[in-house]
Amino acid sequence: MSSNSATLWLKPFIARPIALAGLGVILATVLAAAFAPWLSPYDPYAIDPLIRLTPPNVTHWFGTDQFGRDTLSRTIHSARMALLIGSGVVVFALATGVPAGVLSALFPRLGHLLMRMVDVLMAFPTLLLALGLIVVLSPSVATVILAIGLGYMTTTTRIVYGLTLRLRAETYVEASRSMGAGTVWLISRHILPNLVSPLLVQASFVFAFAQLGAASLDFLGLGAPPEIPSWGNMLAESRTFITRAPWLLFFPGMMIVATAFSLNLVGDALRDRLDPRFRQVFGEKG
Amino acid sequence: MTLLAASVIIFAFIHIVPGDPIYVLLGDTATPDQIDALRHQLGLDQPIILQYLNWTGHVLEGDLGRSIFFQAPVLSVIADGAETSTLLATMTMIWVAVIGVPIGMIAAVRHGTWLDQGLSGAAMLMASIPTFWVGLYLILIFAAWLGWFPSSGYPSIFEGGVVNLRYLVLPSLALAAPNAALILRLTRASMLDVSREDYVRTARAKGIRPWQVVRRHIWRNALLAVVSAFGFTFAALLSEAVVTETVFALPGIGRLVVQSILRRDYPVIQGVILVIVVVYLLVNLIVDLSYRLLDPRVELQ
Repeated sequence: MSSNSATLWLKPFIARPIALAGLGVILATVLAAAFAPWLSPYDPYAIDPLIRLTPPNVTHWFGTDQFGRDTLSRTIHSARMALLIGSGVVVFALATGVPAGVLSALFPRLGHLLMRMVDVLMAFPTLLLALGLIVVLSPSVATVILAIGLGYMTTTTRIVYGLTLRLRAETYVEASRSMGAGTVWLISRHILPNLVSPLLVQASFVFAFAQLGAASLDFLGLGAPPEIPSWGNMLAESRTFITRAPWLLFFPGMMIVATAFSLNLVGDALRDRLDPRFRQVFGEKG
Repeated sequence: MTLLAASVIIFAFIHIVPGDPIYVLLGDTATPDQIDALRHQLGLDQPIILQYLNWTGHVLEGDLGRSIFFQAPVLSVIADGAETSTLLATMTMIWVAVIGVPIGMIAAVRHGTWLDQGLSGAAMLMASIPTFWVGLYLILIFAAWLGWFPSSGYPSIFEGGVVNLRYLVLPSLALAAPNAALILRLTRASMLDVSREDYVRTARAKGIRPWQVVRRHIWRNALLAVVSAFGFTFAALLSEAVVTETVFALPGIGRLVVQSILRRDYPVIQGVILVIVVVYLLVNLIVDLSYRLLDPRVELQ
């Protein structure tokens, strides 16, 4: 049974080699983050003024930055921040959006109130909401996660709300209710299990957009503290040297694009294997 | 209603921040007397509810308060940035429409072919690239290496003439990239949705030329979804411009908000966020109204 469902999950990837490649890139990023200290040829914080702004060469594959730090080592270490922020945003969006969406669909009065609040929050563009929150809270990794997560909490709530409404109208749910099933039973046996695959799709899109959002905040100097290596911070620092040291611009940027693109590809492949009734709940915006 | 709730949030946001603008203004050497005097002058010593009512009352009269940093009315500070931001948004939307819509149509008409897969894949790639990275590369290639366009800043067209628009070419392209990709995917998806309808099959069965079916039956009906996508794309632009304006050092509203955050200039932050939310809601209203024009079947509530 379990191997059967495993092949079912892999099916969309086998049919689409590019999505499989995306899965590979994500796996490689996770491994890079996990084994960063062993994979990096140098200490990402080690300063060496003698070799500042060296182009890529045999000893420093990705070159060095304005302090002579090894760009390859910093790029590898940055994967940690990327995964930390991405998974933090996903966990926050799901942990708030799922209960809010399910309960709103099951209790119309609460739902009316919550959906109005979601409407108000959605009147703020995501990045603006994030900026506003950063004004209020002091800058830290947790702030970044919260600031970006807030924007995706609303979209997740809406999607879960739509999905739950559909599920609630299903005959088997109605049958179960008429036989006296309680709310907790309904949620745990009929609703949550059916939400797993659409939420996996949502998670991959949110993860992808969180990468881009975090990079933008880092770039504006309002994201992760500048001393922590992250792709966005590396790009922000490289700005002053783009004509002298274009390689500083290339490698971290490529990593952001590669991870975000891969996550989008995976999300797309998973969406195509979703139940067609659920597919339309997902707008193009993710 | 949404606006009212949003105004409370905007007001509340700013007043629970830890950094006090008084200290930023006067520095560490200020005496308590000076601090109290300025606090009173700025009205920051009144109860919070009163401050909110005062603020809302003034906002309704078009008075958004005075900038602490510029020592000028917030409205005029925002108005200074409005020209740049409006032109940037307009130029970006033109790129989005010119690039996204036709290519999306081509992908839909050639559905399932390698061309469609290539275009859709390219669109997804474009949507995965941070705008500031595109911007930095555009500066590197077209400004630093080729010297075709200026790399930063924007002098007003009212002072230097329409040629100054060239300052906005690179920023608008950078900002258009991910948004054109979104519109491309949406145009394609909504045209494919419509082409599965029965009336399209009927039209084809009647022997109407394929491009006539696309133009008169599919496109007309797919337009609705595309127009609504333009609405939220425009809204997204307003905040994405924050990053683009910073990359290209444009004197627009987006960069104003970032600088005001760093300067803790509360009235300006409040004002800009309020203006953006109002514009966003207005754009949505216009989109809703335009449905009626595009599709007589839609009833306005």
